[in-house]
Amino acid sequence: MSVRLVQPAVAVPALNEYAAAGAPVGALEAAALALRRDLKLAFRKPAQLVQPLAFFALVTMLFPLAISPELAQLRQVAPGALWAAALLASLLAFEFLFRDDALDGTLEQYVLSGQSLTALLFAKTLAHWLLTGVPLACMTPFAALSLGAPTSALPGISAAVVLGSITLSLIGSIGAGITLGIKRSSALLSLLTLPLSLPVLIFGARATQLAIAGGALVAPLELLAALAVLGVTLAPLAAAAAVRISLE
Amino acid sequence: MPESSLEVDNLHLWRGEQHVLRGVGFALGAGQCLKVTGANGAGKTSLLRTLAGLMYPEEGEVRWGGRNVRRDLRAFQGALAYLGHEPPLKADLTARENLHYWIGSRRRLSAATLTQSLARVGAEAFAERMVRTLSAGQRRRVALAGLALCLVPLWLLDEPATNLDADGQTLVGSLIAEQLARGGLAVAAVHHELPAAVGAVQRLELTA
Amino acid sequence: MRFTWFHRLGSPPYVYGLARRLTPWFAWPAAGLILYGLWGGLVTAPPDYQQGDGFRIIYVHAPSAWMSLMVYTTLALAAAVGLIWRIKVAHAAAASCAAIGASFTVAALVTGSLWGRPMWGTYWQWDPRLTSELVLFFLYLGYMGLRAGIEDTQRADRASALLAVVGVVNVPIIHYSVTWWNSLHQAPSVMALQKPTLAVAMLVPLLVMLLGFTLFFAAVFLVRLRAEILVRERASSWIAEVVEP
Repeated sequence: MSVRLVQPAVAVPALNEYAAAGAPVGALEAAALALRRDLKLAFRKPAQLVQPLAFFALVTMLFPLAISPELAQLRQVAPGALWAAALLASLLAFEFLFRDDALDGTLEQYVLSGQSLTALLFAKTLAHWLLTGVPLACMTPFAALSLGAPTSALPGISAAVVLGSITLSLIGSIGAGITLGIKRSSALLSLLTLPLSLPVLIFGARATQLAIAGGALVAPLELLAALAVLGVTLAPLAAAAAVRISLE
Repeated sequence: MPESSLEVDNLHLWRGEQHVLRGVGFALGAGQCLKVTGANGAGKTSLLRTLAGLMYPEEGEVRWGGRNVRRDLRAFQGALAYLGHEPPLKADLTARENLHYWIGSRRRLSAATLTQSLARVGAEAFAERMVRTLSAGQRRRVALAGLALCLVPLWLLDEPATNLDADGQTLVGSLIAEQLARGGLAVAAVHHELPAAVGAVQRLELTA
Repeated sequence: MRFTWFHRLGSPPYVYGLARRLTPWFAWPAAGLILYGLWGGLVTAPPDYQQGDGFRIIYVHAPSAWMSLMVYTTLALAAAVGLIWRIKVAHAAAASCAAIGASFTVAALVTGSLWGRPMWGTYWQWDPRLTSELVLFFLYLGYMGLRAGIEDTQRADRASALLAVVGVVNVPIIHYSVTWWNSLHQAPSVMALQKPTLAVAMLVPLLVMLLGFTLFFAAVFLVRLRAEILVRERASSWIAEVVEP
């Protein structure tokens, strides 16, 4: 016995006229939509958000265990340890920046939307930074304290990590775009992204060191800010080019 | 629509070593539909993707309204809708939310318009469900709703009736027919036949 | 009319033939110059006032380091040409450069390390130039790794070309930041690889070696380019005429 579903005989007006179509959407609005979509998606799967943060905490914990429980000694390695941990934790997260969208075909629709792909990918990277970089920056003060940094150093360290994480996210977006579609690409992604992230590491660690020692950190912070500005200007263009190449 | 004409001239495309498209050419005017057939691997998807500007042909030209699309690819892509094998839907959004974010980045949509389009394709029953809970046929219907919302002159469809029941096949036919009736164009790659509702079509057979 | 030579450079058969004809013109002078430079550097040049005979490794180290950077820039340029104008031969050229450049980088690192032993007493110091050289080595590895990771040649070409362009833009930034980092930690034991004050008798062999290395690169590059073109065009009709079985 088969059941036949009867559709109600509703007179549905045809969506026919081009004239009745809604107004076209500008690039900024489309980018804002992309941002909101990614944030909404992320909050529906909150477990995935926690993983890079847990990884960060774990790596931070490795240093006292591997070196010494003496806070005075840890203070020496704190800048390097914090930034190495932050870099590695960010790397974990970059793989997923475009992967899901590439798999289900939505990234392709972004390319075909008639909107600026640069703007859309920038919005995605911004969402990624808000979901990964900012929480990392919030966790860093606690990690720094655990490695012996004085409380006076915390504002400076946080500022450095916030600025540095912006550039890291942007560099990661380029790497993620280039390695889209390569199977088991995490090692390759790290190999591509880490050399480009070295300036951030150098300036960020220096800022952290100065913060711990109580010196003025204006210089490295300004350099980090300069890198961030350079990144914001150039990286989305490169990421858009990378995504187009990967979809060919 | 004044500029609606699609001309393809001597298109050659290589994928790695394979010469997939060998001198493909056709001309399509407003209100016309092109049916592309061919065995698996003959290049139907590659042709559609090249028309959409996702792939770059080694030789040949695609012209929209008489102008080479490469001159202003973004404007051309704004005037077309491409539906690939997989419906472009996020699994963790509802059907309605998917349409809102997908088509909403192209044109402003009111909630009423969204509801209308979902009703048109028979998806109003599962519009508020997560796409991950929908069957393949249901997802296809949601994708077709998106297509209907894209009021653009050119439709590029890759196997539009996959996973659809007889009702769904008819739906695809009537959607394409409406598109043609308002002066649009459609290029559809299919294994068999397009639904009868589409009417007269031009044919292009690709050989592997 | 004037630009025909440029268009012909985009044709694989033409470039293949050109490469074959040009190779000996680079190879023999390269051999001659390198031999002359080595003789000049190892035998004729006087020992350095400060470093004695230990400085002579500069005759291999400095040209290697210089070439590693120059080859990367050439690679990035060829890649950019291939990316923007979609010229296959340019991508083949970029691919041909990679391994040569990586080898120069390794040579620079090894000779730098060997030079460090008599100078600093250790085989490695994090001096700014060696560190930058090491980062450059990873940039090469990344490029070659990306090429190897993508099966479709065309996509591999384009993705690695974009990587090379992004990398070359970053090289000055990385170099600057490494130099800055090193200058912050001026401990007396850390010394940059000092170029000895060069008398003319020392300088001439160095320049000769530099020129010799450049010609050597050109010769090896042309050989690799021919191999690269052969592989890429193996299905083409012109190959059968050129390659005798």
